[in-house]
Amino acid sequence: MATETPLKGFIGESIKRKEDDRFIQGKGNYVDDIVLPGMLHMSILRSPFAHARIKSIKADAAQAVPGVVAVVTGDLLAQHKLAWMPTLSGDTQAVLATDKVRFQGQEVACVIATDPYVARDAAQLIEVDYDVLPAVVDPYQALEPGAPLVRDEKEGQSSNHIYHWEAGDKAKTEQAFARAERVVSLETFYPRCHPSPVETCGIVADISPVTGNATIYMTSQAPHAHRTLFAIVAGLPEEKIRILSPDIGGGFGNKVPIYPGYVVATAASLLLGKPVKWVEDRSENLISTGFARDYHMKGELAVTNDGRMLGLRVKMLSDNGAFYADAQPSKFRAGLFHIVTGSYDIPAAHVETDGAYTNKAPGGVAYRCSFRVTEASYLIERLVETAAIDLKMDPAELRSKNFIRPEQFPYTSATGFDYDSGQYEKALRLALEKAGYDELRKEQAEKRKRGELMGIGLASFTEVVGAGPGKHFDIAGLRMFDSAELRVHPTGKAILKLGVKSQGQGHETTFAQIVTEELGIPAVDVMVQEGDTDNTPYGLGTYASRSTPVGGAATAMVSRKLRDKAKKIAAHLLEASEADIDFDHGKFFVQGAPSKSKTIQEIAFAAYTNLPDGMEAGLEGVTYYDPPNFTYPFGTYLVVVDIDRGTGQAKVRRMIAVDDCGVRINPMIVEGQIHGGLAEGFGIAFMQLITFDEEGNCLGSNFTDYLLPTSWETPNFETYETVTPSPHHPIGAKGIGESATVGSPAAFVNAVIDAVAHLGIKNIDMPVTSDKIWSALHEVGAAE
Amino acid sequence: MLPAPFEYSAPETMDEALDLLDALGDESKVLAGGQSLIPLLKLRFASPAHLVDVNRVAELDFLDEHDGVLRIGPLFRHKAAERSGMLASKYAVIAEAARQVADPIVRNRGTVGGSLAHADPAGDWGSVMLALDAEFVLRSKRGSRTIRARDFFSGPFSSALKSNELLVEIRVPAADGRKGGSYLKLERKVGDFATVAVAVHLQMDDGKVKSAGIGLTAVGPQNLKADRAEAALKGRALDDATIKEAAALAAAAAEPKADNRGSVDYKRNVVRVFTERGLRRARERAQGGA
Ligand SMILES: Cc1cc2nc3c(=O)[nH]c(=O)nc-3n(C[C@H](O)[C@H](O)[C@H](O)COP(=O)(O)OP(=O)(O)OC[C@H]3O[C@@H](n4cnc5c(N)ncnc54)[C@H](O)[C@@H]3O)c2cc1C
Repeated sequence: MATETPLKGFIGESIKRKEDDRFIQGKGNYVDDIVLPGMLHMSILRSPFAHARIKSIKADAAQAVPGVVAVVTGDLLAQHKLAWMPTLSGDTQAVLATDKVRFQGQEVACVIATDPYVARDAAQLIEVDYDVLPAVVDPYQALEPGAPLVRDEKEGQSSNHIYHWEAGDKAKTEQAFARAERVVSLETFYPRCHPSPVETCGIVADISPVTGNATIYMTSQAPHAHRTLFAIVAGLPEEKIRILSPDIGGGFGNKVPIYPGYVVATAASLLLGKPVKWVEDRSENLISTGFARDYHMKGELAVTNDGRMLGLRVKMLSDNGAFYADAQPSKFRAGLFHIVTGSYDIPAAHVETDGAYTNKAPGGVAYRCSFRVTEASYLIERLVETAAIDLKMDPAELRSKNFIRPEQFPYTSATGFDYDSGQYEKALRLALEKAGYDELRKEQAEKRKRGELMGIGLASFTEVVGAGPGKHFDIAGLRMFDSAELRVHPTGKAILKLGVKSQGQGHETTFAQIVTEELGIPAVDVMVQEGDTDNTPYGLGTYASRSTPVGGAATAMVSRKLRDKAKKIAAHLLEASEADIDFDHGKFFVQGAPSKSKTIQEIAFAAYTNLPDGMEAGLEGVTYYDPPNFTYPFGTYLVVVDIDRGTGQAKVRRMIAVDDCGVRINPMIVEGQIHGGLAEGFGIAFMQLITFDEEGNCLGSNFTDYLLPTSWETPNFETYETVTPSPHHPIGAKGIGESATVGSPAAFVNAVIDAVAHLGIKNIDMPVTSDKIWSALHEVGAAE
Repeated sequence: MLPAPFEYSAPETMDEALDLLDALGDESKVLAGGQSLIPLLKLRFASPAHLVDVNRVAELDFLDEHDGVLRIGPLFRHKAAERSGMLASKYAVIAEAARQVADPIVRNRGTVGGSLAHADPAGDWGSVMLALDAEFVLRSKRGSRTIRARDFFSGPFSSALKSNELLVEIRVPAADGRKGGSYLKLERKVGDFATVAVAVHLQMDDGKVKSAGIGLTAVGPQNLKADRAEAALKGRALDDATIKEAAALAAAAAEPKADNRGSVDYKRNVVRVFTERGLRRARERAQGGA
């Protein structure tokens, strides 16, 4: 009988995800699953107004409800110097409002009770007397003289302007524009959307009144960094803080910031001497936690008449809400937005960005994106589409003509990025071939004659992920390295501890496979531990597609350290010289005599039982890896849509995705990441919008207003790959968590525009909803 | 979900349920599939003191057709309507609407009666019943009354139903001869309420329209019956010109409001386009069907 040899999990093997056993049985362990003896529950009272002065807060009635243990207000926190906290962007944010509320949904008071229902009932009984102020919800209006001042409490802050930041070479760019035969321009708005992980944010804070030890279970994408920030914000001794990030039901950037609820629950546990749980509901998550995008962008491309790109000029205004709480490297006010030259060899570029305060929720997190790369990629890919329309060129040909060519790598972009590797043309060609591009264009031309609308959209994106060289990139001062600690037990099984933290990305499998590749221990025998600050080495966490580029590199490096020691042990066991020992797929053997070999398991045993003289026992090590550069994943996405002229509905007929993330460790997991990202990109492009009325009321506060695509409407994805290894990554891998969300929105929108451009429609801002498409058609007299 | 506190009863018979409603009056709410009521409780937009759960009242869940009347029990689930072969073959408008209400999970629990009682102007069943010219039987401890669908809805989330009454039966004149129907719905995603939807039910006789029913969803303070469009079709052959005329009348009957889903012009246009397409589809079915 033929038996299948089980896959060990070497690089390139799609073994099943080790973590899925518990997930598919519903046996994951999330923050809301944590129940501790004597645990209290917290509910937050939020502001109904976008902008209002607080005249008084009366809590007597709430306090009197049986089961209520405490009502916490901003004044109480102020006594402990906790009413305000620092943000990741060096601003301050109110924990609980003391002077005024600055966005609808802002945290005003908290009730701690023995039961979550009681806490919620009592919160409704708190009486807040507000003096409503005019709100400002548009960043352009916010910068007008006389606009309501959002941050009147900040010394020296006399307007709503937050920052001005530039990248690239202004003079050189002006020269390029002066030489240009044509200037193509596009003004577009990347609307506010929300990461909306299925699990909302939450915490169980348990500070022992006896030992002072703070055990904090928290939905955190970056437990170590959060521990340090907790130490700084709350003044707790860092060695006494243990952050446990259990299973996390999606993060997408939403679980990078520290939220007021975490701070109050922790303070309450400290004051009350009991564990306190706070888990927000869906609306709380949507209206108060880190949103994404909200970028108003104006791009101009200087080109020759035959389509050569000479220069790029971008002006951008970001709407940061009431507090500048973007999560991004501290020296980069607009994140990595200056990757905006994309896949193109544009000799000159200049980016100017400003930020404004408004009466909207703070956040500006990188929703499945490496710090504003999504906005940048969207702008350049939409701009290239616009250029193709203006120049009457085929958009594929225009791209091809301007791609950075393989022999130009390593390539330094006009805004200062050092691209590691890429084969942009190859990815584009593959997408065109798989789509049957020429046939599609023919079909389109025939349909057009019959008055039918069909569009083909392309995006050839380049991402920059895996922050980052620690010299330049830090979060709140913490350099963006990451770490891995590997310990091989006597029986040859191992535990790998990481500073990053999975939220569904499959770390328990992918990182085990790196160990398999480097040491030969089967992936099932490698337990991966993350999310416990007492038991994993320090790291900056998982976001910005950095786990494989940084944590994965650390894993490879620490495995190699152990391999070097294993070689010494092998030489000892085989009575050969270390220089004569070779390693292949978990076997150490004497060169030229492969039968004289030892397995990694035998060596592991010897590491505890039979060591060469003078060698330390054990087989373990730790590596802190500071990447020499980012990695630059890329790809081409192609979308085909059909548009109904009567309803304006755009139906995605096909979606072809060619991704290049270098070496694929577990191809199935990579595919999964791409599928998820494409679905999110589809949602962003076609249906998602958090918007506000003039008074600042949030109009996207639940899932009937803020739409998440399901498998029903999401198109079928046809995925393909090219493989261009990263030259500086130990195993040649690049990040893949975010490519699809970054690259796909422009492809979807370009497809819609491609269907209607001949009618004179060059832009429709996202979400490209049916009513917007119909209105655009109606305006040019082309609607049914 | 953290609703305000409430009492809960689960009667087993209709009489018990009616007794409870009579005793509790305005303090109570009937709980059927819970797919509209529970979200309201959860958001604390509603906080009734007492829930009367009627899911155990077997007498309220039925579907049958006899003596020229199709009878639907209020507890008849969306899912059951979606699966019924009889409805699919004779009442295309019901079958087609059923599979577009909400999403499969909501359809497993949600009921036709609950949806009508809820009287959401964006609800799908109201328009279907208007197109079918249905009647509703409302019963309280004190007696029962019958009301036509067109007189039942009185505004957003309001109807002729009194707090001590149960909707106990939906009656539809049985379809005979050549009939066809359609339900066209524009939604932003599966599980979304309609931006616009149009229900059409046609009975043809000798190539002419014997009767036509058109109901409009989400384009007014309640589900609307497009009377003038219906009248314009009656007795006429369904040629393209007639269809266009009726579609224009249906669009004129719509009273949409602008919101995140679209402008007034947009929604009115979709009513016109869907009425046209719906009538064509119904015509095809009527020609094809027995
Ligand atoms: C995510 C989601 C999407 C949805 N999408 C749609 C959609 O696309 N189209 C659509 O039409 N609906 C939609 N709905 C609503 C759904 O169809 C509900 O099932 C329906 O509106 C209410 O039926 P129910 O049985 O769930 O009633 P319940 O929620 O139990 O009750 C609703 C109201 O009716 C009253 N009531 C119920 N039964 C009776 C009765 N027999 N007599 C008197 N009063 C009664 C209740 O007291 C309550 O006020 C959606 C719901 C959800 C949660």
